[in-house]
Amino acid sequence: MVYLDHAATTDLRPEAREVWLAAAAVTGNPSSLHRAGRDARRLVEESRERAAAALGVPPASLVFTSGGTESDNLAIVGTVAAQRDSGGGRTILLPRTEHKAVLEPAEALGDVEWIEVHADGRVRLDHLQELLRDYDPALVCVMAVNNETGVVQPIAEVADLCRAAGVPLHVDAVQALGVIRPDGVDATTVAFSAHKVGGPMGVGLLRVLGSAEVRPIVRGGGHESGLRAGTPDVAGIHAAAVAVELAAAEQAAHAEHLASLREALLSGLAALPDLRYDVNSPNDGAPGIVNVGFPGCESDALMMLLDAAGIEVSTGSACTVGIPRPSHVLLAMGRSAADARSALRVSFGRTSTREDVDALLAVLPDAVARARRAGQLAVAGGA
Amino acid sequence: MRVLAAVSGGVDSAVAMARVSAAGHDVTAVHMALSPDPALTRDGARGCCTISDAHDARRAADSVGVPFYIWDLAEEFRRTVITDFVAEYEAGRTPNPCIRCNQHIKFAALLDRATALGFDAVATGHYARLTRADSGPVLRRAVDGGKDQSYVLAVMGAERLSRCLFPLGDTTKADIRSEAAELGLSVAHKPDSHDICFIPDGDTAGFLQRELGERPGPIVDRDGSRVGTHSGTYGFTVGQRRGLGITQATETGRPRYVLRLEPVSNTVVVGDQEDLSVDHLTTVDAVWCAPRPSIGDGLAVQIRAHGEPVPCTVVEVVSDGFAVRLADPLHGVAAGQSAVLYDGDRVIGQGTIDR
Repeated sequence: MVYLDHAATTDLRPEAREVWLAAAAVTGNPSSLHRAGRDARRLVEESRERAAAALGVPPASLVFTSGGTESDNLAIVGTVAAQRDSGGGRTILLPRTEHKAVLEPAEALGDVEWIEVHADGRVRLDHLQELLRDYDPALVCVMAVNNETGVVQPIAEVADLCRAAGVPLHVDAVQALGVIRPDGVDATTVAFSAHKVGGPMGVGLLRVLGSAEVRPIVRGGGHESGLRAGTPDVAGIHAAAVAVELAAAEQAAHAEHLASLREALLSGLAALPDLRYDVNSPNDGAPGIVNVGFPGCESDALMMLLDAAGIEVSTGSACTVGIPRPSHVLLAMGRSAADARSALRVSFGRTSTREDVDALLAVLPDAVARARRAGQLAVAGGA
Repeated sequence: MRVLAAVSGGVDSAVAMARVSAAGHDVTAVHMALSPDPALTRDGARGCCTISDAHDARRAADSVGVPFYIWDLAEEFRRTVITDFVAEYEAGRTPNPCIRCNQHIKFAALLDRATALGFDAVATGHYARLTRADSGPVLRRAVDGGKDQSYVLAVMGAERLSRCLFPLGDTTKADIRSEAAELGLSVAHKPDSHDICFIPDGDTAGFLQRELGERPGPIVDRDGSRVGTHSGTYGFTVGQRRGLGITQATETGRPRYVLRLEPVSNTVVVGDQEDLSVDHLTTVDAVWCAPRPSIGDGLAVQIRAHGEPVPCTVVEVVSDGFAVRLADPLHGVAAGQSAVLYDGDRVIGQGTIDR
C-alpha cells in the first residue's frame, strides 16, 4: 500500500507507541491523593511541561483534550460564551475555508460574519479590518494551515489586527504543528492534535493565553485548570507529549523532506503527457499538502480507482456519512462546483518516500482517463 | 472479473456481494445515495436511501472485506425518477418508479459508470436467474416465486443484462437470510423494504397532494353524469374501487370502479367491473431481453410486479412496441404500467402500456 493521506492521520511514532503501551499498564487516577494517583499526576504534568517546552509556551497554558476537534470547540464555545455573558462582543468572524471543527461550533452559536478570502484561500486582511470595525466581534477564527490545500494564513498579521481591536483570536494549528513555525502561538487560543504528528488518536491540546476568558464546555471535577473536566488519558497524553516533542525538534528537516516530495510530485505531474490538471495549493503553502484538480473527473471515482491500485489519497475532506460533496474550501475560494468535486488531496508524512510519489504517478494517467470517461457519462446523463 | 456490487443496506444485496466475492471476483461495493437530503430521512429508516441504510451497507462490505464507496446519485434520482413519478400521475398514468429507477439509475448511471471505470459487471441482490447462451443473456424467473423480480428487470434489455450478475436467483429468501446469518452479517434479520423509497410513510396520495396540490374535478359515470367530486385525478388508479367518496348508489346497487382518468378535462370516469375488462394490450418503448417474438407466437404477459401472467398471442411487433391479444381478459389495466412478456419462465421483453 502507498499511503499518501498523512493530513488525515500519520504513522504512530515508535517512541510514542513504546511510552503509550508502558503507561497503559500502570494503574492510577491523577486526581487520587495516594501513591498511584501521584505517579499518574506526575506523568501528566511532566508531559504537559515537555509539550509546552516544545511549543514554546508556559506549561500552565496547555490544556489536554480528546483531540483537535474538541480543542476547537472548547476555544470557540468557551470564548464566545464568556464574551457574550460579560457584555463583550457578539459576532464571530471567520473565513468559510475553516475546518468543520471550527465552522460547525461557530455556526451553532450564531451571529457569524464571513471573512473573504483571496483566490488562493488566504484571508483578506483588509476585509478582516473592515469587519473588526463594523461589527462587535466576540472572536476571530483563522486556521494556521488549511487541511485541504495547505495554504498558510498570515497569522501574525491577523493576530496584530485582533490585538489592536481587543478581540480574541482562535487559531486551529492542527496541520501546522511540526511543519511550519508555530507563529499562531501569539493567539488567544491555539488548537493542536497529537495524531497528526505521530502521537495516538484521541489526544488534543489547547493552548490558552493566561489572560484569556474561556468557559469550560465539559464540567464535573475541575480537571485541567477547570477547563476540561474528566479523568485524563494518562497514557495517551504521555505518548502525545513525546510525539509533539519529536515533531518540534525535527521540524526544519521534516519540512525539507516534505518539500522535496512535493517538488517530485509537481514535476512528475508536469512531465505526464496530456494530463490536464490544476494545482489548487499555493506555491508557498505548507509543503506536505498538494491539492490537485482533474477537470472532468469526479474525485470520488478517481479515489476509488487509486485505492484499487493500492494508492491511498483523499478527496479533501471526508464527509461524515461518506457521501461525496464538493469541497467547501475550494467553493469558498471561488472554484465552480464541478472543479470543487474534481480535487484530490495528496499529503505526505514522515514515512513517505520518493517511491510513493512514483507509484502514484505511474497509475494516475489511467485512473484519470477512466474517471473522466465516467464523468462524461454523468454529464451526458444530466442532459 | 472486476465486479461492482450495488449494496442497498438490505440483506439481499449483502449476500449477493458476499457470493460474488466468495466466487473469487475482485469486488468493490457501492451504495447509491438517492435521497436529496439524507439527513431528513434519518428517522424514516425504510426504503433504500437513508443514512442508516448507508451504515448497514458499509458494515456488510466491511464484514465481507471489500472496499466500500457511496455514490451520490440523488440529483439523477430526483430528476429521472421522482419528477417522472409525479408527472406521470399528473398525466393520468400509473408509473412504476422501481422500474424507472432500474432503467435510469441502477442500470444507466450505475452500470455505465462502472463500465467506464473498468468494471466487467455489476452484481445486485435482485431475485432472477440470469445465464449466458450463445445468442446472449437469458433472464428467467427466480426459483423463489414469491420473491421473483424478473418483472422489474425486463426493462434493462439484452445488452445491459450481459454486464449484470444476479447471484440470488437460484435461492429462496429464507435460505438467503440463513446464509447472511452464517456469514455473520448484521443485516441478516433486517426487515424487507416494501414501500416506494422516497415516500417512506407509504402515503402515496399524500405525497402527490403535497407535490401537485388540490385539483378538484368531477367524477362521472360512462354516460357523463356527474356522480361525485374528486380532489385530483392523481389520487386514483384504474381499477380502484375503494375511496371514491361517492355517496349516491348505483341503480343496480353494484360497486363502481375507476375506468379511466382524463387529465385534460380533469375527470375521473367510473363504471361497472365489466367495463374494466381488457382483451388486448398495446405497448410503446419496447425493450427486448431475447430475440423478438413473431406474430402469432403464444406467450404470457404480466402487467404488475406481483401479478399473475396471462396467456396471450402476439399480434403486432413494431420498432418501438408490440401488441398482444389476451386469452383471458384482464381488469384494471392502466396506461403507464409495464407489460412483460414471458415464454415459460424466460423474460422475452417489456413495453409500457399505451392503451
